[in-house]
Amino acid sequence: MPIYVKDWDLVVPGEVLAEGDYVAGPYVYKEGNKLFATTIGIVESRRGVIRVVPLQGPYIPKVGDVVIGIVVDYLPTAYLLDINSFYKAILQATEVLPPQKNALAEDLSKYLDIGEAVVCKVMRFDKYSDVVVSCKGKELGKVTEGRLIKVSPAKIPRLIGKKGSMINLIKKETGCKIVIGQNGFIWIKGKDPASEALAEKVIRKIDQEAHISGLTQRIQLMLQLERRS
Amino acid sequence: MIPKLKRQQIMDLLSSGRRVDGRGLEDLRPVEIRCRSVKNAEGSAEVRLGKTLAIAGVKTSIGTPFADTPDMGVMIVNAEFLPIASPTFEPGPPDENAIELARVIDRGLRRAEMIDLKQLCIVPGKAVWEVWIDIHALNHDGNLMDASALAAVAAILTAEVPKAMVNEKGEVTINKSERQRLPIKSIPITVTMAKIGDKLVVDPNLDEEEVADAFLTATFVDDKVCAIQKRGERGLTAEETMKALQIARQKAHELLKTVREVVGGG
Amino acid sequence: MSIKSKELTLISPDGRRLDGRRPDEIRELKIKAGILENADGSAYVEQGNTKIYAAVYGPREVHPRHLALPNRAVIRCRYHMTPFSVEERKSPAPTRREIELSKVIREALTPAIIVEQFPSSAIDVFIEVINADGSTRCASIIAASVALASAGIPMKDLVAACSVGKINGVLVLDVTDVEDKYGEVDMPFAMMPNRNEITLLQLDGILGPEEIEKAISMAAKACKEIYEKQKNALKERYIELRKTVEEGFRT
Repeated sequence: MPIYVKDWDLVVPGEVLAEGDYVAGPYVYKEGNKLFATTIGIVESRRGVIRVVPLQGPYIPKVGDVVIGIVVDYLPTAYLLDINSFYKAILQATEVLPPQKNALAEDLSKYLDIGEAVVCKVMRFDKYSDVVVSCKGKELGKVTEGRLIKVSPAKIPRLIGKKGSMINLIKKETGCKIVIGQNGFIWIKGKDPASEALAEKVIRKIDQEAHISGLTQRIQLMLQLERRS
Repeated sequence: MIPKLKRQQIMDLLSSGRRVDGRGLEDLRPVEIRCRSVKNAEGSAEVRLGKTLAIAGVKTSIGTPFADTPDMGVMIVNAEFLPIASPTFEPGPPDENAIELARVIDRGLRRAEMIDLKQLCIVPGKAVWEVWIDIHALNHDGNLMDASALAAVAAILTAEVPKAMVNEKGEVTINKSERQRLPIKSIPITVTMAKIGDKLVVDPNLDEEEVADAFLTATFVDDKVCAIQKRGERGLTAEETMKALQIARQKAHELLKTVREVVGGG
Repeated sequence: MSIKSKELTLISPDGRRLDGRRPDEIRELKIKAGILENADGSAYVEQGNTKIYAAVYGPREVHPRHLALPNRAVIRCRYHMTPFSVEERKSPAPTRREIELSKVIREALTPAIIVEQFPSSAIDVFIEVINADGSTRCASIIAASVALASAGIPMKDLVAACSVGKINGVLVLDVTDVEDKYGEVDMPFAMMPNRNEITLLQLDGILGPEEIEKAISMAAKACKEIYEKQKNALKERYIELRKTVEEGFRT
């Protein structure tokens, strides 16, 4: 059973990755005896499972994901959020309004205005209906200061790193509070604009270079050099 | 939306070599051709393929030739899928399906050189016959393509067009009392095959059309192909394509016989 | 309808075409991926003098909403020629030809796209022919499929395309405008090269059974060659970046 690729190889849709007893992981499909890639990405094989880690692509919501949404519209008792996906997300107004208020009688824009960003968690998504999100919980809710940047959702796993190693490194080195939305929106709040700018620079570098091995080393070096200057 | 059960039924039957309407995989539905039913048209034909019904009319007028073909008549094919034929059709200008159908039929007629357009030239560079072929779907039960193509061919074969004369002053006049047939060089026959799963069927009905993976429409003149159109949202292998063409070729022979019987000799 | 001039020599006795190509040779093919910043995916294709841009947006919400399908993405495609892309100015309004081509191109691309992944969404493909010199629908498919892949839309395979013509009785690949106008046959063809599935097949002209079989096998072979170019175009910018980064890191 031949395998035609090795880890870190760049592949495109239709490329035959292997033949035989291998198992198709994410972004790989098997037909007959052959395994094909379905997206442009990097090969990763572990114990007979071959997957492709995409370099591009839309954000597909998943229950439990932390996302950052932007308010784009009001429904009678809810907010509609743009979560950088092909679905809008619904946030019930009761989550935002003070306990005794009736959403139908209130001016919703008093609590969340169009264009404001909210850190949320995906509560429901069954592919066929709208995405329902909640903003109640630790680290969730409206963000009013700091900066919001957008990166390719496909790069988020690299930005987080193994068990959060990458993002923890950036947080430690820049002293910034950073919230990563799985949908590609990232919120940064530092003690001064310079540290926010540094965090943004590092994140942009990861967005650019996620497909090139030795990423952690390069980021460590970059942070070291920045600290010295 | 076609129920999953129906889809399953179609597939199950196909795997045992039969179809939902009782036909074999390579059987056409009963074909009926009625010519000259429209008195005001120079030519007309109604074609029934099972429950699918299409009508084609031929009208002629005098016009100017295209600059790059000054000595050739002009042929225009148009098709309309109007709400009369199906609850899914909407009024308005032809949609992409009607446009595609008209263009595929046009290609077949043109490449087979069915009408000898050279003989439709009256005064080179100045006046030529324009032959308008208008196709209307009347009842859609699948394979409007073949029914329409057949209607167009039968209408052209039986059309009787007026004579054009050029007087001493060089003016073109039409003599409506004297009629003649259009100059015919060949009879192209169009056959559509549908791919459903790994099976190929000829002349798909509406249920089959809705579950089909892909279609191959081919127009034959004698034993050669002069136009092909693959349609549908899935692919075909080269083997399937060749097999589909081979079956379609046989069916074209059958249909040509029917056409000849109806219009007499041709 | 153009004049068919059988006397016009489109291919010399020793098998050279007007532009010097052999019958089974395609024109020089340049493909660039990700060339338009605003699109989710894009590509530019130059095949001889045929020049095409393709842009992909999506998956995104469908407007109007009733056009959405609950179990899959809808693919929408618009093939359009710029008014200056042909010898005589073409009105920018879509012609019947453009409407038909938009449909067959969409049907050539759809089999490759894993549409079930994005229910209720739309994937829009926009194609602009900048300069037309034959085989524009095939070049459009080459460009659109690279644009789709560069947008990260999951696909079973890329779609490669190549036309076959018949000039002075000889079957030839990748027809130019002159070969199309004065030749006997134009057969646009597209396939998923790794799956051997034909997704576009049209014929305009007369071919016998053996000729069709030969034409298909010629086109299929060309598609495998074109796939390699599409693949390289998609990888190019990542590989370049990888080189720069690795070199930068070493110093």
